[in-house]
Amino acid sequence: MKNGKAAFTLPGVLADIPTHYCPGCQHGVAQRLVAECLDELALSEKAICIGSIGCSVFIYNYLKVDSVEAPHGRAPAVATGVKRARPEAAVFTYQGDGDLASIGMAETMHCANRGERVTIVFVNNTVYGMTGGQMAPTTMVGQRTTTCPGGRCADNEGEPIKMTEIIASLGGTAYAARVAVDSVKHVRAAKKAVRRAFEAPLNNLGLGFVEILATCPTNWKMTPVQANKRISEELIPYFPLGTYKNLMGEQAAEGTEVEG
Amino acid sequence: MSGYQDVIVAGFGGQGVMLIGTLLAYAAMEDGLNVTYMPVYGPEMRGGTANCTVVVSKDDIGSPIIHLPKSLIAMNRPSLDKFQPRVQDGGVVVVNSSLVDMALADTARVQAVGVPANEIADSLGNTKMANMVAIGAYAQLTGVVPLDVLKASLKKVISPNYAKMIPANEQAIQAGADAVRA
Amino acid sequence: MSTPGERVLIKGNEAICRGAVDAGCQCFFGYPITPQNDIPEYMSKVMPNLGRVFVQAESEVAAANMLLGAAACGIRAMTSSSSPGISLKQEAISYMGGTELPAVIVNISRGGPGLGDIGPSQGDYYQAVKGGGHGDYRQFVLAPGTVQEAYDLIGKAFDLAFAYRNPVMLLGDAIIGQMMEPVTLGSNKETESNSPDLGWNLTGKGQRDPRLLKSLHLTDGALAGHNLRLRDKYASMEKDVLFENFLVDDAELIVVAFGSIGRIAKSTIRKMRASGKKVGLHRPITLFPFPSRELDKLAAAGKRFLTIEHNLGQMVDDVRLAVRKHADSDFYGQMPGNLPTPEDFEQPILAALGVNS
Repeated sequence: MKNGKAAFTLPGVLADIPTHYCPGCQHGVAQRLVAECLDELALSEKAICIGSIGCSVFIYNYLKVDSVEAPHGRAPAVATGVKRARPEAAVFTYQGDGDLASIGMAETMHCANRGERVTIVFVNNTVYGMTGGQMAPTTMVGQRTTTCPGGRCADNEGEPIKMTEIIASLGGTAYAARVAVDSVKHVRAAKKAVRRAFEAPLNNLGLGFVEILATCPTNWKMTPVQANKRISEELIPYFPLGTYKNLMGEQAAEGTEVEG
Repeated sequence: MSGYQDVIVAGFGGQGVMLIGTLLAYAAMEDGLNVTYMPVYGPEMRGGTANCTVVVSKDDIGSPIIHLPKSLIAMNRPSLDKFQPRVQDGGVVVVNSSLVDMALADTARVQAVGVPANEIADSLGNTKMANMVAIGAYAQLTGVVPLDVLKASLKKVISPNYAKMIPANEQAIQAGADAVRA
Repeated sequence: MSTPGERVLIKGNEAICRGAVDAGCQCFFGYPITPQNDIPEYMSKVMPNLGRVFVQAESEVAAANMLLGAAACGIRAMTSSSSPGISLKQEAISYMGGTELPAVIVNISRGGPGLGDIGPSQGDYYQAVKGGGHGDYRQFVLAPGTVQEAYDLIGKAFDLAFAYRNPVMLLGDAIIGQMMEPVTLGSNKETESNSPDLGWNLTGKGQRDPRLLKSLHLTDGALAGHNLRLRDKYASMEKDVLFENFLVDDAELIVVAFGSIGRIAKSTIRKMRASGKKVGLHRPITLFPFPSRELDKLAAAGKRFLTIEHNLGQMVDDVRLAVRKHADSDFYGQMPGNLPTPEDFEQPILAALGVNS
């Protein structure tokens, strides 16, 4: 790299190993954003990562920080215990939609409502990935999965849960935003949101929450390009991007800041 | 077992039976004895009586729950009806004769002593101290703990906010003891 | 914090709290359920004043997972509940067993199955000593018989949890929790286990390599190796077996009973001794590890056995296994829903002695 500028360097906190993610999966982008924020905020030495259950579980192999594995859905409760035991640590969870919005709904909402000074990174790909593509609480109406083979039916299974809106409505939440990583513009905005989700608890304002809409080409039975397109065409219209709550003194106009 | 005594203290809720049970337990502890205090709750709490069991002994204590007690303090009639048949032969039964007809006492089998606890407490200015009269009578009859230790333990069971009530309660304990002194 | 040597008259539930506070418990995570409510109530008053943590969780599930988080940090932490709530905690207890985290769980057990009642019961023996949650793990189980033991054993529970890096359960019941006895305080001490770095716990990595605490072992043979190492750890716990023998030397029949039932049986035995019956008591204080070696020794000396429990018969399985080379054990089960008294055990003991009455 004698005469050029490095276009891509590995964040120091990110392990230089191949991931287990499928081609086109956006967990890799999501975890990289987390890694970049840990580096930029100089948090790696005091960070404690709470792993969850699902494709997200191996986050602890990729981030070179202290980590503990939580039972399915319980990461926000484990994070509560860690943060209360070690208030000086920068504590964050990394969870998928089944983990966070289904089995862990109670833990997630109460963690936010108590205003635990932790960060929740929520990767929403509308499907249970690791167990083989079953219906998730965020599966779109009409979306076929292995447990709604005819497509999700609102009458029978309800409508997809909008977590960021719910979390933003709780008193203990200091920051809540929904982002996507399907375009350069969205990735840049996503990075900003992830960073704020870390800054909010570090500034002792409350919980930081960021939902990242992400692809799962394998279980969507799409090519990576088709899957990426689905984000903008199908998911974003139902799950609008934007900052839903921000106590850090910036304008929190819906849909403007992080998308912009 | 030496120095062994057990008692069921029973009455209406609000008569302070748990309080004098606790007082007896504190006094026993202060006197250097082993003691257990067992509040009874669950199904037995219904039906008009609140009760607790206190066991006092120089040795370590086995059961804190006593089906056939050596003694009984019955502050009302349902308590006497329920527990008198279980008292061991020759056991001491302190009966609050202000509220219970002494004809109900099984004097042939147990050593029943009537104490007009409410009247005595009234005469001292506060009916609520009937429980203290009864425990004073009981301590005098059984000698389970010295009266002065019982009185000195009042500060353990009466909250500091009500510390001014302690002298009157000491008087009630003494009056109960005097009422049964032979 | 208690003054060493201070003598107080307190409930078992309060003794557990004061024992835990004296032992340096830094975090308590609770949820209301009868008959253990005195514990979270006491802790909510005391812990914040000491600059320590009290959280009323949204569920027993969450409380146990908060405990997992604090334990992963190497902090002395505990939760308490009663039977139905303990069922909900089993998920986290299994993970803590697999992850080898030092955590203290108190079960002031009540009658079951299901909602049962709020009275005493020993129906959770199997759940406590055979793992309770999924997978092949064990937890240390301590069963106090007195309020003093409740104070002493909660302190020991923290020591054992850190010595073995393993969950430890204090198994009491509504009798131990609700009764008052004099307790001498101050013997429980905070040890070095609340120091920042124990060599395995999460502190934020600082300048060292990152640490990972997990129970997932997917590579070939990794889980087998892990579980065999756990087996050896569980076997090594035997050196910390605790029990009480009472009048066993000349006894023909030994009653085996734990916790509150052990002490109630002691009253029965004293009474029967007075009429010349040669009966003794063996009261296991650690239920896991079980005092099998001691029971085998007693069996080899020709003793006969009667196990008395406040359930349909659970510990009796372990007694039979322990004495199987030389003897068997009869069983008498008092049913939860009835408060056991010394008189209840007289006929079963006479029957086991072969005395007709």
